[in-house]
Amino acid sequence: MNVLTGKSINIKMKELQSDIGYIKGLELSIGKFSEEKWTEPQGPTPFPSMTALRDWDKKLLARYQPFYLPFCDLCCLCTYGKCDLTGTKQGACGIHMAAQQSRMVLLLTCIGAATHISHARELVTHTIQKYGADHPLNPGGFAVEVEAPVIRLVCGIKPEKLGDLEGVLEYLESQITCLLSAAHTGQEGDNLDFESKVLHAGMIDQVGLEVADIAQISAFGYPKADPDVPLVDLGMGTVDTKKPVILIIGHNVPPAINIVDYLSDNRLSDQVEVTGICCTAIDITRYNPKAKIVGPMSWQLRYIRSGIPDVIVVDEQCIRTDALTEAGNIHAPFIATSEKNCMGLPDRTHDPVDEIVADLVSGKIPGVLILDPGKVGEIAVRVARAVAPVRKKGGVMLGAKEITEIAKTCTQCKLCRRACPNDLHIPDCMKAAGKGNTTMASDMYEECVGCGRCEQACPQNIPIHTLIVSAAAQKTKEEKFRIRAGRGAIQDVEIRKVGGPLVLGEIPGVVAFVGCANYPKGGKEVAEMCVEFAKRRYIVCTSGCAAMSVAMYKDEEGKTPYEQYPGSFDAGGIVNVGSCVSNAHIAGAAIKIASIFARRNLRGNYEEIADYVYNRVGAVGVAWGAMSQKAAAIASGFWRLGIPVVVGPHGTKYRRMLLGRADKREDWFVHDRRTGDQVYVGPVPEHLFFAAETKEEAMVMIAKLCMRPNDTAKGRAIKLTNYIDLHKRQFGTTPEDICLYVRTMTDVPITMKAEIMQILKDHAWKENTIPDPTLLRQQIIKKER
Amino acid sequence: MPTTEPWQTAEIAGPKKASVIIKPEVADAMIQRAKHPVLVIGHLAAEIDLDDRKLLDFLILLAQKGRIPVIATGHTNRDLIRRGYKLAGIMPAVDIGHRLCDPAWKGMDGKEPYDLAIFSGLPYYMEWTILSGLKHFAPHVKTMTLDNTYQPHANWSFSNLSVKDWLENLKAIIENLEE
Repeated sequence: MNVLTGKSINIKMKELQSDIGYIKGLELSIGKFSEEKWTEPQGPTPFPSMTALRDWDKKLLARYQPFYLPFCDLCCLCTYGKCDLTGTKQGACGIHMAAQQSRMVLLLTCIGAATHISHARELVTHTIQKYGADHPLNPGGFAVEVEAPVIRLVCGIKPEKLGDLEGVLEYLESQITCLLSAAHTGQEGDNLDFESKVLHAGMIDQVGLEVADIAQISAFGYPKADPDVPLVDLGMGTVDTKKPVILIIGHNVPPAINIVDYLSDNRLSDQVEVTGICCTAIDITRYNPKAKIVGPMSWQLRYIRSGIPDVIVVDEQCIRTDALTEAGNIHAPFIATSEKNCMGLPDRTHDPVDEIVADLVSGKIPGVLILDPGKVGEIAVRVARAVAPVRKKGGVMLGAKEITEIAKTCTQCKLCRRACPNDLHIPDCMKAAGKGNTTMASDMYEECVGCGRCEQACPQNIPIHTLIVSAAAQKTKEEKFRIRAGRGAIQDVEIRKVGGPLVLGEIPGVVAFVGCANYPKGGKEVAEMCVEFAKRRYIVCTSGCAAMSVAMYKDEEGKTPYEQYPGSFDAGGIVNVGSCVSNAHIAGAAIKIASIFARRNLRGNYEEIADYVYNRVGAVGVAWGAMSQKAAAIASGFWRLGIPVVVGPHGTKYRRMLLGRADKREDWFVHDRRTGDQVYVGPVPEHLFFAAETKEEAMVMIAKLCMRPNDTAKGRAIKLTNYIDLHKRQFGTTPEDICLYVRTMTDVPITMKAEIMQILKDHAWKENTIPDPTLLRQQIIKKER
Repeated sequence: MPTTEPWQTAEIAGPKKASVIIKPEVADAMIQRAKHPVLVIGHLAAEIDLDDRKLLDFLILLAQKGRIPVIATGHTNRDLIRRGYKLAGIMPAVDIGHRLCDPAWKGMDGKEPYDLAIFSGLPYYMEWTILSGLKHFAPHVKTMTLDNTYQPHANWSFSNLSVKDWLENLKAIIENLEE
């Protein structure tokens, strides 16, 4: 079969009778195409348009209705505005608040998806230039046959070479453009249609993630689905400050790779420290385990201000926009490397390297824009080696006496606390520090998200963040942790092993801790949740900044969770898949369960597979510190696949939740595939997008959201045991809603039988059947008569 | 500090903003006028010091004296039970917000729709967003917050109060309630 990819024209003609003759079976293709040997039959929705999966979206949105939490009462997107949309008021264009909020969610999701897709485009272009379009895609060696489950599912193609990804990217780029256009004034006006487009943007984003990661795994030789990838260093304390130090911030790895390559080619690897913040840090350790991860994105200010980095290189995404100013404050030369993030710097890409190095080392210019990753490698290393011996590494950190003197100038106006996203008690901390007691400031370091808003608010110009980090100087030196490098995909053999137990419920679920670091009470909560579910024999996955936070806490023996638990995709494992774009492998694992374990066709068959995952695979995403538009896009991709996402309390600022109504029995019926009967299955999973107020509430909800209609009695009993036990521990009582989750007496955990029976009796519970569940009428297997 | 600014400086609301509870009698009148009020208590109530007690202790007194049903969010129920209060319903804050938007929801007790939702002890920004949702999509429910920070999206809120003033107001509200 010939499959067209990319910009192309495809003309097919079954039969044509005309004056000039009779044509039959004509197929004409103009443009790029690749010979494809994949024999799996094409499903109904390859390369789906914005509305191709609208029916599926509407099914989800009927159960999980949006609860809008407007972040602004106004619309200010056109010059008729600002329009007051309070309550039932409509704007000048006729839009109402629900549609406006879903429109904003669409915009956010499109920003996130466009960012990942653009990142993927750059990686594919770069790797094709370097390795050629025929370079094979090989994300998992012999262990992975389904190399690109998301692309297969959404696009209906089986990519084999880097060049095959270009056609996928062209599709993604066209979809993002269409989706974005729907948000224009006078386009879409229905909130549920906006929501459907949000889900489409999420799915498109998920494909983009997969393109980016399989391209970089295949081209750069990252670990290929290896559960035993090496442990790598993480933390400010792991950096050898005697050596020249390069800091790389962001998420697009080619400049960082060229730094590592230049060091290696010139036998300098042991003489320069390569350190990273955010996802580039994760990806560079997948390339070279000797590189060091400093920490999540919230570590930017504290690490720069420590003065440790001699040169700062930024690529793209999640970089502080004042990074250049901060670099200037510690006299560290600055190199921007992305067209998306030029930072106002002069483009020196085509200047001689010697000149650029000389200008940066002399301080003639504070920074440069270099749009050639190869050049960045040489310049960063040479500049770091030249400036390190003469730079004062102390940065802008304060000594004990300075802390006290500066803190004394605080007037207790409380504007710092009112600016703090977490309402931290900064004025109390200042009062204590002014008296020489820095304990509170040091403790605050653990919960500070590193945004620096306190400093912007302070009328006394107190460097509050610097003061907090300075008070915790000893802690920063002790930040020495080990994280398992990102392994990438999940092996097919692992899927075969866990597919049955997961679908039947005997492994109680997959819990994925992903996303950014905007935590309500510090990253420790992520580590605690991660360990709790690993102990309970869930499969735990991590990625991105959350993966780093998990590594930053040790048990009594001094071991991080990655040292305590294996890296295999199995019950009780903690699997670091990698950076943000590696989240595709978590979705991919769920999809591969449908494909490898259940032998469902993937190819262009999104609705059926999403229905399978939704009803059978007890997976939950947790983005405890989700901050970015990228996180919104990632979450949206999981929703369309039927996987719920839990966020922390700051997640309510994403403007809407997708919540089920457990009390509405009529919402929770499915078709039994075997009989066609409508069967009540209870509110499983209860929500699709949920913001928890506390870690404790999140853990109870995660356990509950892992339940699925397909659970066997044994599996449901295991899941209920975890839910009830967590509820008792965190809330102090047995949950009253158990009656909604017990279908038959065999679902009841034996050890809790007496108390559960009483609750069932109180609620006049009646036994029900366990169906072969589906939301899709076409999935019903008709009985032979 | 102007008294009717949001506590978090940048959380500016739109044209419709909360009326300030200028004296305890206002809150009492709201509570006593309500047919089916509910008190939603967030986890911070067990962490916030008020005198030698916690905010939660005063909210329990309020619930008991005003016979107001309580819904505990987050892990608040654990702290309620430690204080011997076992009557609370348990529900996440976003769930409560969502259900309150449904005029047909008859509450956790199944009696009748709530007509007054009193919030206290949630993280400021989370309460802010949920109250915003209710302002726009639950016109049938009056909302009030008893935190000492101004919540612009509520119908009624204290201004940004000192702990001393807050404590006096809470005590007076409880004292004035008719049993």
